[in-house]
Amino acid sequence: MPEEVELDLSVDLCGVRLPNPFVLASGILGTSETLLEKAARLGAGAVTAKSAGAQPRRGHANPIVVDWGAGLINAVGLPNPGARREAELLAAAKAHLAPLGVPPKMLAMRGTPDEFAEVARTVLRAEPDILELNISCPNVHDEYGEPFAASCAGAVSVVEAVRPVCTVPLFVKLAPNVPNIGRIAADVVAAGADGITAINTMPGMVIDVESGQPVLTNRSGGLSGPALKPIALYCVYEIARAVPGVPIIGTGGITTGRDAVEMLMAGATAVGVGSAVYYRGLEAFQHLQEELTAFMRAHGYTRVRQLRGLAHRPVQKPQEVPEQ
Amino acid sequence: MKEFAPLPLQAECQPALRPTGPFGLVPRPLRVREVQRENARIRTFVLDGELPHAQPGQFVMAWLPGHEEAPFSLAYHRPVTLTVAAVGPFTRAMHRLEAGDRLWIRGPYGQPFRPEPVGRPLLVGGGYGVAPLAFLAETLLAVGQQPVAFVGGRTAEDVIGVKRLQALGVPVVVTTEDGSLGEAGLVTKPVARFLAEGRGEALYGVGPHGMLRALAELARAHRVPAQLSWEAYMGCAVGLCGMCEHEGVLLCVEGPVRRLAPGTP
Repeated sequence: MPEEVELDLSVDLCGVRLPNPFVLASGILGTSETLLEKAARLGAGAVTAKSAGAQPRRGHANPIVVDWGAGLINAVGLPNPGARREAELLAAAKAHLAPLGVPPKMLAMRGTPDEFAEVARTVLRAEPDILELNISCPNVHDEYGEPFAASCAGAVSVVEAVRPVCTVPLFVKLAPNVPNIGRIAADVVAAGADGITAINTMPGMVIDVESGQPVLTNRSGGLSGPALKPIALYCVYEIARAVPGVPIIGTGGITTGRDAVEMLMAGATAVGVGSAVYYRGLEAFQHLQEELTAFMRAHGYTRVRQLRGLAHRPVQKPQEVPEQ
Repeated sequence: MKEFAPLPLQAECQPALRPTGPFGLVPRPLRVREVQRENARIRTFVLDGELPHAQPGQFVMAWLPGHEEAPFSLAYHRPVTLTVAAVGPFTRAMHRLEAGDRLWIRGPYGQPFRPEPVGRPLLVGGGYGVAPLAFLAETLLAVGQQPVAFVGGRTAEDVIGVKRLQALGVPVVVTTEDGSLGEAGLVTKPVARFLAEGRGEALYGVGPHGMLRALAELARAHRVPAQLSWEAYMGCAVGLCGMCEHEGVLLCVEGPVRRLAPGTP
């Protein structure tokens, strides 16, 4: 029997240590301190609170989520109790999470760059370890207009407004539906972002043919789950090429440990987990960890960090192997 | 919840937890076969369709395009039957449905009631919470148990579902707060009496949270197991949005039925 080597699953996001690479994605399970703690106890390496705005928001009416076969589509509509209350919830969550060594991170979103900065100031009172800017929600278009993530100038304007008030590592969550995500990533990093979260959901629609109506009350929504994975892998690959060395939280359709390996190989530092909680239950984090561990053992990896960006290596052509 | 073994090496992942099938994915329209008037604000809709694998205590999401989608516990599964109280714009729209109209359903979802290995379970329903009790009673009778039902309401008008239970041969104790039908007082009073007399070995409850908390107290005091169905507004119904959280529990996937083991503090 070969000796079981201790595997190191920890990753580092701008000096914030995660015990494992799996990050509960924003919007999943909300901001309840007990649910965030539950996710951490079930194996999340970090947890993300639901996006907060300056004022409380109700979100869209049901139906807000539908499983359409190859993935989910959702338009929950960013319900949140407002930044002040979110900060209180997050502070409570942080107290629960500290003994588990799991860092909480916080999202901020709102109409204008100045409002982003105001929300950031409020939620930073809860001392999250990371602040993530959600400039890419596809489901609040009617109220907030085109997401800032749609253009370099838009994305940069928010980062420039928030950077001066942000005292923790600043991540920016980017949208997949842009012609050149690498260029947007490069611009937000130049504007002061410390890391990139990619990707948000992909805009889409599901129509009920019996009624002739879109299923979601918001009519359109964001695609997630398995259908999103190849898009997310491509985006993360492009971002890793554009901003080498900048930490990336790769998010989109990661449902198995093997998916996570792909995402790490595409260049992600950590891996966001959302819809997997639907496909595999609350135990998804535990399954992902076990499957990642099994892959690493089978292939002789001892540290998760060894997987990062492997897909960027030049092709090893068989004819280059010297003949014996 | 189903357990998954670690991923076998060099093999595909375990099958997904989520069932696929006609009702497991997008909402499907079912025709209304029959509308039964329970009282001035509660109606029961019998739909043209079955959920043969659904269990009592589980719920479905019902949707009317152009209106909303909301959770309803199954009053029966073959055919799909929902008891709906008109409490808001959406449920009022549902009450306008007539035989032949369509209602869109997805599900079933959530943790069901599971038979406790006892002979004499007590089934307690408050208000429209009585809806799934006949379905539950049928399941318990099928495994040879002898359930007794307790149905409470504010007034005689609020007491529903008694006939369905009696039709199964289940004894029913009725209570009303104003004494207009059956025993006067809260439904928990005769339940407490049955427990004190050793005539109940497990509690099943559906109704207002206050009633459920009182039942939990009784179960603790008498050291019997309790399975209580906690009503909540569901958003996604599949454990993602966090909207149905109640005391740290995601009621849509970890509930709505929660079991309290005997002797739980």
